[in-house]
Amino acid sequence: MPESNERGALTEAVFYILLALYTPMHGYRIMQTVRELSQGRVDLGAGTLYGAINTLVEKKWIMPVEGEQDSRKKEYAITSLGKSIVEAEIKRLEKLLATGKNIAGGRSV
Amino acid sequence: MKHIVYKTFWDYEKEEQWINKMSAQGMAFTDYSCRRYVFVDAPSNQYIYRIELLEHMPAHPESIAYLRFLEENGVEVVSTYMRWVYLRKPAADGSFDIYTDIDSKIKHYRRISCFWTVLMIIEFIAAFFNIGIAISSWLVNEPLGNFSFSNLIIGCVTLAFGILFLVLCVPIHKRIRKLHAEKAIHE
Repeated sequence: MPESNERGALTEAVFYILLALYTPMHGYRIMQTVRELSQGRVDLGAGTLYGAINTLVEKKWIMPVEGEQDSRKKEYAITSLGKSIVEAEIKRLEKLLATGKNIAGGRSV
Repeated sequence: MKHIVYKTFWDYEKEEQWINKMSAQGMAFTDYSCRRYVFVDAPSNQYIYRIELLEHMPAHPESIAYLRFLEENGVEVVSTYMRWVYLRKPAADGSFDIYTDIDSKIKHYRRISCFWTVLMIIEFIAAFFNIGIAISSWLVNEPLGNFSFSNLIIGCVTLAFGILFLVLCVPIHKRIRKLHAEKAIHE
């Protein structure tokens, strides 16, 4: 279980990066995958992605792995801690969605 | 063909706009050093340019790792000058921004504001001592000889630069404040 120092919502960028890294991949693929997963809505800048990767590695939510096809480029993969963060976030979003639907009528979605 | 243009910019965002305008006119920027911009003929709008202030000098290992990451992502490092880097990406690859979320934009603006602030402090200290020397030699009734006169001039010039750097921080702080306000409602 994640510790209680998680202060609420993940940014969309972080959420999508974590999802992308359920499959290990390098930076450029992360950018493409995030764009695909978000249907073009989240377009990560290389500087933003670089900062996010470093922060997530520091937090041990993701880790560098040995790249298979192209050893020059660093690949990353989500850790089990990272997965538990994603699961907690999904629960939070579900609650948010349920409350929203209850109050706002919830005909859409 | 090569085109060389001499120009001075204090605001890097205006500089970035100008380089992109040149790109639109069919001149692709290729090098910068000390006010000197080099362009070569290219199809108009071939590249989108961005300017960034690095955390460290370009030769620092962390900068090398970062710039390599950018290159792996299809971003070309066109030129570096002190901690400033000029980056470009073919416009055909779609939109190109280095920083796309509020937090990383704020961090970059902070770095720039810090850069100008350090220069400002250096200039103000130099101005303080030079003007101080000029005034004190005048007060002890020493005629304004060459020595104190040049101190006065140096003092005024450094003071002017100090004020310039102070002024440069103002729009950056405004942008940081605006981003903070936006952050309160969405990411």
